[in-house]
Amino acid sequence: MYIIVVGGGQVGYYLAKALMDEGHELLVLEKDAARTAFICNDLGSVCVRGDGCEMTTLAEAGAGRADMFIAVTGEDEDNLVSCQAAKHKFNVPRTVARINNPKNETIFKKMGIDVTISSTNIIMESIEEEMPTHPLTHLLDIQEQGLEIVEIKIPPHSPAIGKTVKELSLPAGNTLSLIIRSQQKPFVPDKDTILEAEDQIIAITTPESEEALGTTLRGS
Amino acid sequence: MGCGRVGGKLAGLLDIEGHNVTILDIDEYSFRRLPPEFGGTALVGNGTDEDALKKAGIEKADAFIALTQGDNRNIMACQIAKHIFNVPRVLCRTYDPLRQELFGSLGIETFSPTTIFAQMLKERLLKAKPTGEKKAK
Repeated sequence: MYIIVVGGGQVGYYLAKALMDEGHELLVLEKDAARTAFICNDLGSVCVRGDGCEMTTLAEAGAGRADMFIAVTGEDEDNLVSCQAAKHKFNVPRTVARINNPKNETIFKKMGIDVTISSTNIIMESIEEEMPTHPLTHLLDIQEQGLEIVEIKIPPHSPAIGKTVKELSLPAGNTLSLIIRSQQKPFVPDKDTILEAEDQIIAITTPESEEALGTTLRGS
Repeated sequence: MGCGRVGGKLAGLLDIEGHNVTILDIDEYSFRRLPPEFGGTALVGNGTDEDALKKAGIEKADAFIALTQGDNRNIMACQIAKHIFNVPRVLCRTYDPLRQELFGSLGIETFSPTTIFAQMLKERLLKAKPTGEKKAK
């Protein structure tokens, strides 16, 4: 695949390195001369000095034949504009943007950016998940379907203990996919499975109903 | 959004005509460019931030104009105004003519002072005879 990365900061640099190791053809666009020189020195001539929001720079970078376009600068407006240029001017099939301010996720989605990655949210969640009182852990977001896979641990005094899955009245569209119970092989629950304290549950939920799911399984 | 020379001037003109004007800038010092008799609201805030826009009353706004020095910032703010807050009229300044063209075709009313001024100068230069004296601004 030919991939263009806009922004040669920490994220851009390590991303470029990882993608090159996977065997992709790659180009990094970076505004800063010293940073460009550093990356070229380290990774070979895969970095060009230029503004990833300029159409002429993008044309020279071969955006027309790029399979993927990834904007990871520290400025949301630059990531938004360069991804739209890639998408609408150069018809790049897949655009990915880093979002620094989580509030901006909506506008990026509305403007048709294919994949958005909110770095602030990811850091926040990782830290929150380390808190002993954290209700659920996000394992995977399936953005296209609006679904997410989460892990929930049943605490010792949860109202769900001793109930069957059927009796739980889970929020609509939520499914318990797997139960990991100590001393046992993980198993797929059915409607008659009775929940126990300390069960680790892998569930499919939606961003809207995850809170309700947490309350059902852990109590409020 | 953006209280530079153009933003400050435009806000003053609209205010005199009796419109309800709010001007946003990230730097309070920029508001010195507003005319002393300016009767609108001057608000410190970032125009690409939805909460700052709400504070500025964007939900009731009839028009939104982005006039900062940053093309991308202007474009992003205008797309937020148009697509999230459904402001009926959204105008955007982009210095870069190519970005003006692209985002114009994507539904934002964009103006490139670069193109407009170059065009104007060219026409003025190539006109057969000067049309009398005109006071420079």
